[in-house]
Amino acid sequence: MSPGLYIAQQIINGVSLGSLYALVAIGLSLVFGILRMTNFAHGDMMMVGAFAALTIGAAGVPFEWSLLGGIAIGALTGVIVERVAYRPVRGAADVTLLLTSLAVTYILENLGILLFTSSPHDFPIPEWLDSSYEFSDGQITFTQVNVLTVVLTGISLSLLGWFVTRTDMGLGMRAAAEDMQAANLVGLDVNKLIVIAFALASGFAGLAGVLWAAQAGVVEPSMGFTPLLKAFVAAIIGGFGSIAGALLGGYLLGALEVFIVAFLPSELSPYRDALVFSLLIAFLLFRPNGLLRTSREVKL
Amino acid sequence: MSGAVPLLATSGLTKIFGRLTALRGQSISLNAGEIVGVIGPNGSGKSTFFNLVTGFLRPNAGEVRLNGTPIQTLAPARIARLGIARTFQGTRLFAGLSVLENVRAAAQLRHPSSMLDAVLGTPRLRAVERAVNASAEELLGLVDLRRHAHRRAGDLPYGDQRRLELVRALATGPSLLMLDEPAAGMDASETRRLLELISEIRHRYKLGVIVVEHDMDLIMNLCDRIQVLAAGETVFEGSPAAVQAHPRVREVYLGHE
Repeated sequence: MSPGLYIAQQIINGVSLGSLYALVAIGLSLVFGILRMTNFAHGDMMMVGAFAALTIGAAGVPFEWSLLGGIAIGALTGVIVERVAYRPVRGAADVTLLLTSLAVTYILENLGILLFTSSPHDFPIPEWLDSSYEFSDGQITFTQVNVLTVVLTGISLSLLGWFVTRTDMGLGMRAAAEDMQAANLVGLDVNKLIVIAFALASGFAGLAGVLWAAQAGVVEPSMGFTPLLKAFVAAIIGGFGSIAGALLGGYLLGALEVFIVAFLPSELSPYRDALVFSLLIAFLLFRPNGLLRTSREVKL
Repeated sequence: MSGAVPLLATSGLTKIFGRLTALRGQSISLNAGEIVGVIGPNGSGKSTFFNLVTGFLRPNAGEVRLNGTPIQTLAPARIARLGIARTFQGTRLFAGLSVLENVRAAAQLRHPSSMLDAVLGTPRLRAVERAVNASAEELLGLVDLRRHAHRRAGDLPYGDQRRLELVRALATGPSLLMLDEPAAGMDASETRRLLELISEIRHRYKLGVIVVEHDMDLIMNLCDRIQVLAAGETVFEGSPAAVQAHPRVREVYLGHE
């Protein structure tokens, strides 16, 4: 196999994986940017989105619509969690916010176990999605799910970019992320902006959850944990709270993971996650504000 | 020039922190177009007064009325929407946003547009955008910041940041502007420009202005009336000349300068 094609294949894998990390990391960053809180329950919105899509799909609804349903129910769950769990403790000590989001994680995951048991469920995908492309005599292959992931991520992130830079509400959200009290003072409806941040973040997580399930073929209540950790690393690499940073970090991390497996000696492959988390520690030690965030002190 | 109902009127305003009475029975009233100064040594209750009027604190007793409506129980954002804008000691700009975006974020209050307008790019949206841009241009022109419209606000020199904060407050379209030590950290020539700016703003927008300030030059030259506080009590209220002549005021405040 030619090295060029091999590298091309790895780039495709990296972009596909990176898209998922970016989707989840951007949600973490949106919420952190405006509330200065790390929402550890964010990964569970993936699980909620995936189970919602599974349930809707089981009722015979076409995949396109159950995907939208997964996004919508993920978003709705995020909004409810904000209203019920996070708003009452807004402005409390960091450790209170942290424990609250861990509590939400436990509640959502146990709710998932209660409703669906803790064992993995098959996640069926429609025929049109269950195919793959082959080029150069099978030296480059990728699945339709890969394509869908990259395309939907591209569309979602473009819409987010438009929203944040071109609309009044996006401007308001950026203003509130800079200084919430000052935003209040110029009459911005900060509560509404926070609700929208949660809806967007959780909607993205819902989408990522459905795509993740479509790639893995299974869903389970604890499925959000690993992607959350990876998104966390991605967000730190890029610069926590920065949307562009989360995007960059997501794709870098995706590429890195794929390349570790592809190019390092195969004995090192099992240590992929250990290497990734070593990178996290290195960033926290030497560049805690990430690649794109140079000024403001970030606390986690 | 005064109507039946003053723009802002406080009466019996009292705030107690534990065993400290930060403000006791304070009353003040001003009309549109008037500039009133509030002075006093540190700890005299000036900031408490500011925070009570803008909703950052709730009074233990007394009332704040804006155009006759009590507002002392409302949240800061609500009060901002009713027409009271304030600046802070030190700046509280949206430092990472551009100069223009700072003003536009505040101008949303007067020129709202819906998400639907934004998605569809309706003619209404374009009309709102034109209005917002025109008003932002005018405001930035007032403080000579138009050519810096696209710079990051946090990168401006300190004096410009303070002026930007002032026009950001104006962009909300207030009827009352509250300035908390606007001249702090400014040199003499910057202070003079600030004086001209506030006078200009008062005439152009017919605003009521309340200024808390340590710079006596600015206060004496700017204000129509001055209220002097000491240890939470109102010591005196009168014209700048009367304040300067008043023996008790000289004793509690001017003597310490």
